[in-house]
Amino acid sequence: MPSGEAQIGNAGQSEREASTEAAMEEPTAAQVKERGLYRSFGLTDDEYERIVSLLGRQPGYVETGIFSVMWSEHCSYKSSRKVLRRFPTAGPQVLQGPGENAGIVDIGDGLAVAFKIESHNHPTAIEPYQGAATGVGGIIRDVFTMGARPVALLNSLRFGALDQARNRYLFAQSVAGIGGYGNCIGIPTVGGEVVFDERYDHNPLVNAMCVGLIEHGQIATGTASGVGNPVLVVGAKTGRDGIHGATFASAEDPHAKERSAVQVGDPFMEKLLLEACLELIATGKVVGIQDMGAAGLTSSSAEMASRAGSGLTLDVSRVPCREAAMTPYEIMLSESQERMLVVMTKGEEHVAQEVFQKWGLEASVIGTVTDDGLLRIREGDRVAAEIPVTALVDEAPVLDRPATRPPYLDELLAEPKLTEPEDYGQDLLRLLARPTIASKEWVYRQYDSMVRTETFVRPGSDAAVIGVPGTRKALALTTDGNGRHVYLDPYAGGARAVAEAARNLVCSGARPLAVTDCLNYGNPEKPEVFYQFEQSAAGMSAACETLRTPVISGNVSFYNESHGVDIYPTPVVGMVGLIEDLALITTSEWKGAGHDVYVLGALSDSAGSRSRLGGSEYLAMRDPANALRYAPPPLDLDAEAALQRLCAEAIRRRLIVSAHDVSDGGMLTAFAECAAAGDLGADLNLAGDGQALMSLCFGEGTSQIVVEVEPANAAALEDLAAQLTVSAVRCGMTNSDGALRVSAAGRAIVNIDVAALRESWQGAIASWMQ
Amino acid sequence: MRCAVVQFPGSNCDMDAVKAINHAIGESADIVWHTVASLEAYDLIILPGGFAYGDYLRAGAIARFSAVMEAVAHEAERGKWVMGICNGFQVLTEGGLLPGALRRNESLQFRSEIATLEVVNAETAFTRHYRAGETIRIPIAHGEGNYYADEQTLLRMRERGQIVFRYAREHNPNGSVDDIAGVINERGNVLGMMPHPERAVHERLGSADGARLFTAIFESWREAYAKR
Repeated sequence: MPSGEAQIGNAGQSEREASTEAAMEEPTAAQVKERGLYRSFGLTDDEYERIVSLLGRQPGYVETGIFSVMWSEHCSYKSSRKVLRRFPTAGPQVLQGPGENAGIVDIGDGLAVAFKIESHNHPTAIEPYQGAATGVGGIIRDVFTMGARPVALLNSLRFGALDQARNRYLFAQSVAGIGGYGNCIGIPTVGGEVVFDERYDHNPLVNAMCVGLIEHGQIATGTASGVGNPVLVVGAKTGRDGIHGATFASAEDPHAKERSAVQVGDPFMEKLLLEACLELIATGKVVGIQDMGAAGLTSSSAEMASRAGSGLTLDVSRVPCREAAMTPYEIMLSESQERMLVVMTKGEEHVAQEVFQKWGLEASVIGTVTDDGLLRIREGDRVAAEIPVTALVDEAPVLDRPATRPPYLDELLAEPKLTEPEDYGQDLLRLLARPTIASKEWVYRQYDSMVRTETFVRPGSDAAVIGVPGTRKALALTTDGNGRHVYLDPYAGGARAVAEAARNLVCSGARPLAVTDCLNYGNPEKPEVFYQFEQSAAGMSAACETLRTPVISGNVSFYNESHGVDIYPTPVVGMVGLIEDLALITTSEWKGAGHDVYVLGALSDSAGSRSRLGGSEYLAMRDPANALRYAPPPLDLDAEAALQRLCAEAIRRRLIVSAHDVSDGGMLTAFAECAAAGDLGADLNLAGDGQALMSLCFGEGTSQIVVEVEPANAAALEDLAAQLTVSAVRCGMTNSDGALRVSAAGRAIVNIDVAALRESWQGAIASWMQ
Repeated sequence: MRCAVVQFPGSNCDMDAVKAINHAIGESADIVWHTVASLEAYDLIILPGGFAYGDYLRAGAIARFSAVMEAVAHEAERGKWVMGICNGFQVLTEGGLLPGALRRNESLQFRSEIATLEVVNAETAFTRHYRAGETIRIPIAHGEGNYYADEQTLLRMRERGQIVFRYAREHNPNGSVDDIAGVINERGNVLGMMPHPERAVHERLGSADGARLFTAIFESWREAYAKR
């Protein structure tokens, strides 16, 4: 089947070049098999045979390309699907669970919140600015595709240690790319986290989350139904960028990947696309709409048809292209950004064209919905591909990956033996200057966190808080994850990520609603990596059940490794909570002198003596060579739930004026953060000495919250805690003399000016980046 | 008072300006698309923040050729109040309605924070509700806010009270010459500033100091209206 157009403009290329990038003459179905071309697309021999039997013939070149991206790990979730099915996804608040572009939960008043998190790790490893920027662009599209107005962005980031120039480059450029996209499009970046560890050397993690607001009646979905309805491609033109991005995201070594597979973002275009799509959806003439993300036109069309049980006939010669002589293969696999696929009601095409024209964008009819269940790709009169949609989506391979418990887990020791510091204060200052613990101001001051004028708690507190316009309600938003803890105890680590996210929301005055998860792991073909994946997902599920926060959307990123070393298993939890009234918004910084400081949650584990230092940042600082040899403390989900109930109820009764959860860095770090952010000191007392005291000060046992209480409310807080059977220990009082003083059993262990704490904490990352 | 907020493709603080006007002075404001040829109906014209046309060339360099900019210049000439915030300020300098230029921040990084400003001239129609020398807190969020004007222009601007806001000493976030954060034209009816007063109209946003800009212009309008 010769294709006249495809040859124009490629005449000068050698045949060899052409055969690698699908220009020139398209190889025949027989050649695809004989030359094993499918292997270079990432399909295995078994998968190729499966395609032959599904089709009842050999797939052509374009068809092979389509199968290869649809069956890639990235699009098919073939390794993870069975595990993901076990997540709890139901709840009275859930309006849209997993399977759509984003999940949606109800917040009352006829309003709902749409949100999702997604990874862009592999592109970022190669081209950090564009990789991170297009990660943001993609997740924004997922949210406005649902008909929601995007109102906030968050990012969960991991990089290698900052003493390596390459890591500083990846970090600086990723942050610039995230800012460049979010700032331009005018959606505030309000929160997130950044962690540095050598396990992320050369394989950074960039997980972007977007949150949108929507009225119940405006929810749009990615379905292509109604025979004869027109299918339109809208937004940017299609170019040759990002071809096979989805496949590369499913391959091991980012350095073997091609820069050309990384897309280039245009936030201005996306701003126009966003406004045009929301305007279009509001007309009520849209049948279905879907973002063209990974695998571009291929996956968007197949998924839309699959959801509706329909078929689609598309003519690629009608797709507006940025470059001349693009082949059907290139058009189907392009990952050019800022495009959407829209199905309109028949006869209403002009509505889309009018709206898009106003915004200076194109809306081109490229095909129609059919009822034959086929994805049929034409190029003019020629049929370039014809595949049953079920073969692409439902028949995609689902793998039973073997899982083996890694031996290191059974070799972990119970309690690190560290010499007790002479001066806990000096260790605290060093700990605060660790980039993972330090203030992330250097990062978030590059993000516009205030546009839309609804940001009531800006970056830096436990969770960001944004207002819901037209109501007294607000949303609390957070992302959390701790790869080292998951590595050391996959099940508890997974549960902990959920628990910490929920705790952060509760500390902000919110009721946690639901979870979006971004599951970042190494090579799933390694049974030990798959074990980490399975176990941590099980732990997350358990915590989601206990805390009643179903998973409503998410994403899996495998093959995060380089030079043969897998990253820590790093599930990241994005969570959204509802604050019923603006007056309940609570932040972490200390508010006034002479207030009582309490720690809610047990100061020692039920076992009594178990150290919390395993897995801690303090241990990584004191004894880096042995940081991965000790078991982290256990997590008691029921105790966690009780603690969160207490904090939520105390906020509801207005008993506390600030709340901050104890997490990375431990309790002294939590005290220091409350002090530095509030510019207030405190005089505090702890119990114990030796290993127990170090564990109390620097351990990361979690299930603890530092709260500040006006003395008149102290008794009421203690009563409430007793009633809910949660420990509440008064540790001392905030002061007005600008020093944080901590003593233990009569011995002064910390005595530092708040200004000095702040200098260590605030200046650390900037000093690396100068 | 009839208020227009001009919307260029890529504007993103347009709705914030509308909200702020509504919140601070209880007036409504129309969003006006960049193709509109006349702004005759309006008393106050706001060019909002954002990234008009993506700002891929130089901030404001393309937007200033929009059809609406002729109308803005025309109304400014007629003495209407025009206020450019952030990207709007950049458009006004590019269009020659205000002196000087805005370069990339000295750090080459975008900078977003609540900035501390000094009110230098509290006698303009926009700033009459502040006290001269008063310190106020207004958010900034920009990558190209590094104000520049040559020495002669600066001298002239100082003499005529055209420097309206400065960043607090030692807290210049972008390298602006003379710590300049906001300027006004000689006639006193066209204001441009990098900080975002519309983001500081109630305490939950971290500061309410921006509200007085809107109340001031509202009072100025009422007085002018009474005279007519």
